[in-house]
Amino acid sequence: MVPLSDTQTATDQTPALPGDAKRERVVQQLRDALGDGLIDSLIKPGDDMWVRVRTDSWRAAGMALRDIVGCDHFSFLSAIDWMPSPFGRGEDDPTAPTPERDMTIRPGYTGGDTRMQVFARVSSTTAHFGVTIKADVPDDAPVIDSWLTVYAGANWHEREAHEMFGIGFEGHPDLRNMYLPTEFEGYPLRKDFPLLARIVKPWPGIVDVELLPGAGDSAEDGDTAQAEGDTAGSAE
Amino acid sequence: MTDLIDRQKLSYIAAQAADARLNVELETEGMTLNIGPQHPATHGTLRIIVRLDGEQVIWADPSAGYMHRGYEKLTEVRTFPQVTTLVNRIDWLGSFANEVPFILAAEKLMGVEAPPRAQWIRTILFELSRIANVSLFLGDLGVQLGAITPVFMAFRDREYVLNLIEGATGGRFHPNFDRIGGLKDDLPAGWIAETRQVMKKLRNFCDEIEDLLFGNAIFQTRTRGIGVIPAPVALQYGLSGANLRASGVDWDLRRDQVLPLAYDKIDFKVWTHPDGDSFARCWLRLQETREATHIVDKLLDGLPAGPVMAKVPRIIRVPEGEAYVSTENPLGEMGYYVVSKGDMSPFRVKIRTASFNNISIVPWVLRGVFVPDVITILASLYFILGDIDK
Amino acid sequence: MSVMFAVDLPYWAQSLLRVLGGTVAVLLPAGTIVYVFLFKMMSFMQSRLGPMEAGPYGSMQLFAEVGKWLQKEDIQPEKADARIFKMAPLIVLVSTFLLVAVVPFGPDAYFTDFEAGIFYALAVSSISVLGILIAGWSSANKYSLLGGLRAAGQLIAYELPMVLAVLGVVIQAGTLNMQGIVFKQNADSMFGWNGLGNPYVLTQFVGFVVFMISIQAELTQAPFDMPIAESELVSGYMTEYSGFRFLIFFIAEFATVGVFSLIASVLFLGGWGIPFSWFGWDSINAVDDWMNVVGPLIMITKMLALSFIIMWVRFSYPRLREDQLQRFAWKVLIPVSLANIMVTAILKVAL
Repeated sequence: MVPLSDTQTATDQTPALPGDAKRERVVQQLRDALGDGLIDSLIKPGDDMWVRVRTDSWRAAGMALRDIVGCDHFSFLSAIDWMPSPFGRGEDDPTAPTPERDMTIRPGYTGGDTRMQVFARVSSTTAHFGVTIKADVPDDAPVIDSWLTVYAGANWHEREAHEMFGIGFEGHPDLRNMYLPTEFEGYPLRKDFPLLARIVKPWPGIVDVELLPGAGDSAEDGDTAQAEGDTAGSAE
Repeated sequence: MTDLIDRQKLSYIAAQAADARLNVELETEGMTLNIGPQHPATHGTLRIIVRLDGEQVIWADPSAGYMHRGYEKLTEVRTFPQVTTLVNRIDWLGSFANEVPFILAAEKLMGVEAPPRAQWIRTILFELSRIANVSLFLGDLGVQLGAITPVFMAFRDREYVLNLIEGATGGRFHPNFDRIGGLKDDLPAGWIAETRQVMKKLRNFCDEIEDLLFGNAIFQTRTRGIGVIPAPVALQYGLSGANLRASGVDWDLRRDQVLPLAYDKIDFKVWTHPDGDSFARCWLRLQETREATHIVDKLLDGLPAGPVMAKVPRIIRVPEGEAYVSTENPLGEMGYYVVSKGDMSPFRVKIRTASFNNISIVPWVLRGVFVPDVITILASLYFILGDIDK
Repeated sequence: MSVMFAVDLPYWAQSLLRVLGGTVAVLLPAGTIVYVFLFKMMSFMQSRLGPMEAGPYGSMQLFAEVGKWLQKEDIQPEKADARIFKMAPLIVLVSTFLLVAVVPFGPDAYFTDFEAGIFYALAVSSISVLGILIAGWSSANKYSLLGGLRAAGQLIAYELPMVLAVLGVVIQAGTLNMQGIVFKQNADSMFGWNGLGNPYVLTQFVGFVVFMISIQAELTQAPFDMPIAESELVSGYMTEYSGFRFLIFFIAEFATVGVFSLIASVLFLGGWGIPFSWFGWDSINAVDDWMNVVGPLIMITKMLALSFIIMWVRFSYPRLREDQLQRFAWKVLIPVSLANIMVTAILKVAL
């Protein structure tokens, strides 16, 4: 199982790993600022850090990051839909029945309780580190606070997240579509929204493949994917 | 859905109210002008709706998305090696540079490190794509401002770089050369000597452009003091690359983070400029191009021998995890947040493109400027439509 | 043109010759400038070859272009004011033809000989401003309107330095007559030495520079091409024109370059003449008849030299913004040309 947070303690025999003092201080600052709004954190020493906050502390966390931790540079803000796609990789044979798929929602680093999460990345230009901060978005009413007052650049990112995931941002004055036409219905980046290109024209790897003369077995998913992998050139 | 429509109605009413206020205060009608989507000045199909009072902009609103191709959705049905083909086409002028952060993120998740020679060649090609990208910018800068001659020199000299990239990777514009674990191939014979020659030519080109365009008094009048973006605003909006450094912020992802690229093995100068106006941004890119030629020379000097591909399985399944890698691309900071569930395809890829943030500042920076300055500011912010629209 | 041939031509024949001559005098410079400077010189400066396919070294390219424009569909925007839309290019072209009427090509080779030739020329050159304005307005296109408005401000602003620069020449020559100005330049002496005549490019150097800058602006060439501003307004006031009407704008633009260069060479370079002291002529009537043939050739040479300068600047410089343009005209050019007039007047009286 992938270690999702560093609240798991190591065994006593493990030598003291070199800590990442910079990033641990950041977690401590956030803990002081947010109290129990900070749900979880993960630090990969020397590499990167993830933090998850409670939904109602999202804006406060942003302000803490900006003012206390000193992350002045806003990188991006977006969302993740943790539900596995019911369409798989879009390679289903349209004539065959849909195969069974495991639809359990398993979130990533620092855990999560809901299907969708909002995540943002900010960095500090002076201390040279970045923080990925996540927050759950409630399933029944997907609304979260807007970061517009925290970082001005969040404006466009929230518009994009709204049109792609359907997440409302409380306090954003102008949540119109960024990329899609105004009349577009649906939220494309949600996993239950199919990739229309594969609906319109089924993936040719299944439908159009012609067996080589003499090849008895049918071309199954793995083989053709391997052929794809070959042509994409994983040379050695 | 209804609250989407409500919000649209609200913004429409707000715009009408703004218009009404304008009419009452000034007794003139503001003229609404569409710059784009088909327009010589925008690098592609970007539409900016401006409301003018005479020749002054009162309100500007960029409307992107004419080129949205749905990359983030498309990556979910591609295998990891197939994503490089997709991702080449985001910033199509410096396309090798788009592949690198994604490949680095995948390698980070897999725990694979490319051999040193591959890392160095990756860096060389990265810098070459930077030179190809920014030399077009320098030529195009003249055209936006009315000087039609430098662009031909830019294209002529850019051809040399594209020939180099083609010689190494097989593709001028879409190399698709980076692989998880290294590169597709080693460099051809004679490429290194050729590259040194081309770097000399590029340095001559930079000097020519500096004389012809930057030394010109009219160019200075047109760009100095236009579109000043103070450093705090730039940071808030997430500007990156030359735009950020032109406002005085000393932040360069090549130097300030540790990645398996060869940047930490050589010395190079990171240029900044305190002014934050259009001239600073343009001048900075010129200096960075020159610096990139020096970087390539140093990299060629220290290029280690060895294999160019690490041992990776035939079918690449990236272990479960999340990683974010961003690099100093020609346009700014480009990053990929890759979420993998242990499959052959990524679970979610968030593509953080530089131009998206760079253009989000347009409503702020365009207030109160004249129409010709709109073009100057857009030219100096430098965006590629594929980068904004993914 | 009255004594060109020993034959006495009837009036209608003379008028016909004048019309033909005028057409040639306008279109020949236009064609030459387009080919030599726009196609070839600009291309060489940009390290490319230019059109090479049509005819040897692309010499027939202009005819190919004319043919192309003529056969294009004549599109008119729906909301455009049709009559004015059609009139606008013709007005611009008419002003060019009217201008060339007073340019002398030889001692007897002229179309008309106004007493107030240069005054007429300056007045008539303003007619093109009207054409540009109504082109911008009637196109029913916001970009064209912006171009037309910019043109209005710019062209009117730069009329003044032009007039003032010419005024210096007139003071020195003592006459408004173009033929008289040519004579004065070739027959007079500079500070007592008459080896070169008195070409006003040397003695009125400031006026020459101001005049050339003003011409650059009057012709809406870079660095003063805000009305066209290709990267912003796509073609400014000419955006909505296609086919034959655009061809007229195009020809008018380069014909006006040629005609203004002709006028500048008359005013400053000594027109059709070579210094009279080399031949011992002392009045217009004493000039030999062969000058009527050589004169036009000399004029064309001088015109090409000045057009070269205009085009060279056009291809090299970025464009000034509208308010910077205006500032330059009102705060720099006009005071300089006024000072020039004062100095000229003082020296004319003193010396």
